[in-house]
Amino acid sequence: MIIGALLGEGWAAMRANRMRTLLTMLGMVFGVGSVIMMLAIGQGAQLMVNESIASMGSNLFIVLSGSTSAGGLRQGSGTVPTLTLDDAQAIGELTEIASVAPNLPNNAQLIYASNNWSTQVLGTTPAFFDVREWPVVSGEAFKDSDVRSATRVLLMGQTVVRNLFGDENPVGKMVRVKNSPFLVLGILAAKGQSLDGRDQDDTVYVPITTAQRQLFGNQFPGMVRSIMVKAKSAEVMAKAEQGMTELLKIRHRIHIGQENDFSVRNLAAVAQAAASTTEAMSTMLGAIASVSLLVGGIGIMNIMLVSVTERIREIGIRMAIGARTRDILLQFLFEAVMISLAGSFIGAVLGVACAYFFSQYNDTLVVVTLSSVFLSFGVAAAVGVFFGFYPARKAANLKPIEALRYQ
Amino acid sequence: MADPLLCVTGLYKNYLENVPVLKDVSFNIESGEYVAIMGHSGSGKSTLMNILGCLDTATAGHYYLEGRDTAALSSDELALLRNRLIGFVFQGFNLLPRSSILDNIALPLLYSGKSKVERREKATVMLTRVGLAQFGDRRPNQLSGGQQQRVAIARALVTDPKLILADEPTGNLDTQTGDEIMKIFQDLNEDQNITIILVTHEDDIAAHAKRLIRVVDGQIASDQAS
Repeated sequence: MIIGALLGEGWAAMRANRMRTLLTMLGMVFGVGSVIMMLAIGQGAQLMVNESIASMGSNLFIVLSGSTSAGGLRQGSGTVPTLTLDDAQAIGELTEIASVAPNLPNNAQLIYASNNWSTQVLGTTPAFFDVREWPVVSGEAFKDSDVRSATRVLLMGQTVVRNLFGDENPVGKMVRVKNSPFLVLGILAAKGQSLDGRDQDDTVYVPITTAQRQLFGNQFPGMVRSIMVKAKSAEVMAKAEQGMTELLKIRHRIHIGQENDFSVRNLAAVAQAAASTTEAMSTMLGAIASVSLLVGGIGIMNIMLVSVTERIREIGIRMAIGARTRDILLQFLFEAVMISLAGSFIGAVLGVACAYFFSQYNDTLVVVTLSSVFLSFGVAAAVGVFFGFYPARKAANLKPIEALRYQ
Repeated sequence: MADPLLCVTGLYKNYLENVPVLKDVSFNIESGEYVAIMGHSGSGKSTLMNILGCLDTATAGHYYLEGRDTAALSSDELALLRNRLIGFVFQGFNLLPRSSILDNIALPLLYSGKSKVERREKATVMLTRVGLAQFGDRRPNQLSGGQQQRVAIARALVTDPKLILADEPTGNLDTQTGDEIMKIFQDLNEDQNITIILVTHEDDIAAHAKRLIRVVDGQIASDQAS
């Protein structure tokens, strides 16, 4: 039979029982709609995670100083100042390491004119901005010479700029940090939230020596809280981790069997875990949604079975005037696929619209990809064929005389 | 000698294991004949008709249509025979209620794979021939019984069949309309030499035919010219 005629027959059958066709389609409408929407939400979440992973920098380690344990009471990481600038320098000399940035964070009140803002002040070296892949957008970064001479200069994150300066350009201005005047050298690019939701732009950066000697002076000269380390490539991560651990054990004179007074964390592994979590989440969302596609398909099968039973006489007439088995089979199969595709189309429109509204009201990233639309369309057509086949075969295998005599 | 159009030899049909409906039925029908098969309800005449129309198969015996043993044919080959060789006219008209009159008439051509244009053309010609040209767009239930039966005849004729099988074609019609339908059959037989097999239980309808086969209790009781 000719495709055009099949389409016509299918359309006529769909129109003949409008309400039922509509209700049957509803299953596919919600199935396809929810698959598209769930995939959009999942992909949006994945994109957000990927962005924050990218914002962290790649191939990163963080070396933290160890914990004290006094009388059985163990304090957290970083409570013992075991890491020094010299450690950082020694790590930087390992062959697998690209760059090293020692960190000494603390909190301080910043004052500019009549504004003030409490924020994190991080002492570090110029290598930090390379390690974190974080460019300066206005002004310039401090240099190694600033670190050597512990000058009072700082770089500002965007959030701090907004809170202290508003629309004013801070580059070249003086701000007071813990009552010492500091020159604003430059502004860093906006980085957004970190994986744990912290605002990465709410920080100012000063040379580490300045932090050590002038802002947060303490009894251990050269002490740092942590060291950020960037390996040369993803392949040497394991080797770099081992090299650093060995090096610090020797430098800190840790004996065999003794607990390390530092810890090395592979941030790439953390990022990987976050990424695979969201991936698993979006896969799960898609899987749950596709169950509704299946249910929609079963709905189609149901109605097609009813429809075949109702039209047994019609099938008999068609057979009497020369319809072959495959003519009847194709007719009912086409009808099922048409219902399913029409439902999918409405579902796709609805799904995209819902995803759009969802993103508007929840302020979340929602990504509708063309591939997810095509995927759910393809699945819907397959569902139509699969679930339409049984009723269609039932119709086609009827004996002409039995169908014709059916009352 | 050419094969007869239909050749039935030793035909048996049983329902439900061992309830015989047809018992050892044999006859030939030549091309161009006008035959009435008569019998009371339950005599097996409708079963015979269904087998002749390739809608049903016999339990035993042979039925040759144009020399081909129908028992050896697949269901698709039988469908092809029904489509090309046979036209059916039923007591209940059996038109598709949702399709237009024209589409109903064109339907057999769809299954013979004709193009849309050709289907329309031939169906229109047929519709005109049965005198219903102005009703092409209507649905079957918008026509009278007699008109519907004429549509059914047009549908039966649209593939130019050699054989028309009419099962109680006037059963649902009043006498006058019935006579009109019978006139059409007569013209088809006389003018176009189409073989007609008529199944009926009414004597005056059967009288239109030139040969009369009486079926009683699944067997042929008489077979004579009328």
